[in-house]
Amino acid sequence: MSPRVVFPNKILPYLLLAPQLAITLVFFYWPASQALYQSMLREDPFGLSSKFVWFANFRKVLSDPNYLNSVHVTIVFSVATAAVAMSVALLLAVMADKVVRSRGLYRTLMIWPYAVAPAIAGMLWLFLFNPSIGSLAYGLRWLGISWDPLLNGSQAMVLVVAAASWKQISYNFLFFVAGLQAIPKTLIEAAAIDGAGEHKRFWTIVFPLLAPTTFFLLVVNTVYAFFDTFGIIHAVTGGGPGKATETLVYKVYNDGFVNLILGDSAAQSVILMAIVIALTAIQFRYVERKVHYG
Amino acid sequence: MAEPSTRPPASGHDKLMIGQSAAGIWLAHAVLILGILIVAFPIYYTFVASTHSLQTILRPPLPLLPGDRFVENYWEALFGGVGRIGGVPVGTLLLNTTIVALGIAVGKIIISILSAYAIVFFRFRGRMFFFWLIFITLMLPVEVRILPTYKVMVDLGLIDTYTGLIVPLIASATATLLFRQFFLTIPGELVEAARVDGAGPWRFFKDILLPLSRTNIAALFVILFIYGWTQYLWPLLVTNRNDMNTIVIALKKMISFADADTEWHLVMVTSMLAIVPPILVVVLMQRWFVRGLVETEK
Repeated sequence: MSPRVVFPNKILPYLLLAPQLAITLVFFYWPASQALYQSMLREDPFGLSSKFVWFANFRKVLSDPNYLNSVHVTIVFSVATAAVAMSVALLLAVMADKVVRSRGLYRTLMIWPYAVAPAIAGMLWLFLFNPSIGSLAYGLRWLGISWDPLLNGSQAMVLVVAAASWKQISYNFLFFVAGLQAIPKTLIEAAAIDGAGEHKRFWTIVFPLLAPTTFFLLVVNTVYAFFDTFGIIHAVTGGGPGKATETLVYKVYNDGFVNLILGDSAAQSVILMAIVIALTAIQFRYVERKVHYG
Repeated sequence: MAEPSTRPPASGHDKLMIGQSAAGIWLAHAVLILGILIVAFPIYYTFVASTHSLQTILRPPLPLLPGDRFVENYWEALFGGVGRIGGVPVGTLLLNTTIVALGIAVGKIIISILSAYAIVFFRFRGRMFFFWLIFITLMLPVEVRILPTYKVMVDLGLIDTYTGLIVPLIASATATLLFRQFFLTIPGELVEAARVDGAGPWRFFKDILLPLSRTNIAALFVILFIYGWTQYLWPLLVTNRNDMNTIVIALKKMISFADADTEWHLVMVTSMLAIVPPILVVVLMQRWFVRGLVETEK
């Protein structure tokens, strides 16, 4: 970085930083350090005494079948959500890139779900598909499918994945459209003149050139599916039926806040922290670099 | 290929590129329209449900067209109070949510622009340390520190207060990074010129930096307003009282599939009222929003 022209003030910069730092220390660093500390404590059932147990809570959590189930649920949920949200958005973006007429209108109509809270997205889908009042659930039963996401775990998963991807489509759509616009049209026309069909042009030119966007969205969608979908799970299934839709974040909340198992919950928090750090590192290391390539 | 024409091609019409067929364009329109129908259907369905009576909703399938209870249902929800959430009218919830969303958006913008200003335009001891301190908060979302943060809120007496709903969410590494990135593109000559003309740090900030940051601020405002409006976990933790709920949390409380007495028509109205304001913000400020989103996140 070149030496910038700066103001010589000595005290002012600290005052400017003070509000942000104060909030950061009180509401971010202090609680995070508490989570770290508590993850190595075990309290007796009455909360009267606690003792330092090093990594025993982690061992306990990682060997708990319920926790492993929730790891599995989270992976299935995230992969399905990212796959559906990204492929639908890509298809729509490719189509939107072809047309000129009413392009703006399509975009306007496509970005609505971005503004809908995840929890509400979940509820909207629940209105459609819940067994007692949902019109589409009625339709499914009429077709002879025994549909009850409140009792059937896989159906509950399908429902939350649908709601989570529905909400994320608009975000992915905007990024794919921007990515497609950055690809020079001459490149595609040249391939067309050489006789490459539409299908071939897409897979050999467009898709590889979109790789930076796709990779970026993959990271963002994973983070979204891991953390931002708590509202969907909490509002639609409550982790159930059974534990069929209990994701990692929902389990931290449930163990700590509802079941009050503090040590376990803290250990789970720390594991989640490690996951966020890994994802953020990936995002900044690889995504930043690859964007320039694109 | 299109025939050679003396007129310039009218913008807004589909022009065929080499290798494109008219049928392909029609297919593209068809796929887009289908996509939009799927995207819009859940919202449309909820709107239709919000204009029917409870009895109609309880007997699926629901008619595809709006009913005649629009005024009654919305009036009842907005001003009448909803039984399951302690008789709080949805109007109160809307007010709470607006305060929270605006507070978060404005608060985040103010504290981020100040800290980015300090980091870029001043040299002081610990500058990089503070920068990293802010940057690392990216990796500490509420979700990973639920309980200890809740405990801090209880100790500070911030449960069921607007301060509690807003302040912990306004520290933002993303916004600070964005402003920092933008400030770094401002040429040093500008600062020098300002200093030669006798402008102090405050004058420079107010008369040069703020006007230059207008588009960034607008873009960020939309994104942060949506962020604030759609919060779930945080308001769930820090509100107990029904009249301090945000609309999203209240909606969750209103629904029960076990009980037969869920007032579905009011649930539908509340859903619409929870969805429409942020959608309006996004659609009306679309230009800034799309630019801000696509540029800031990369």
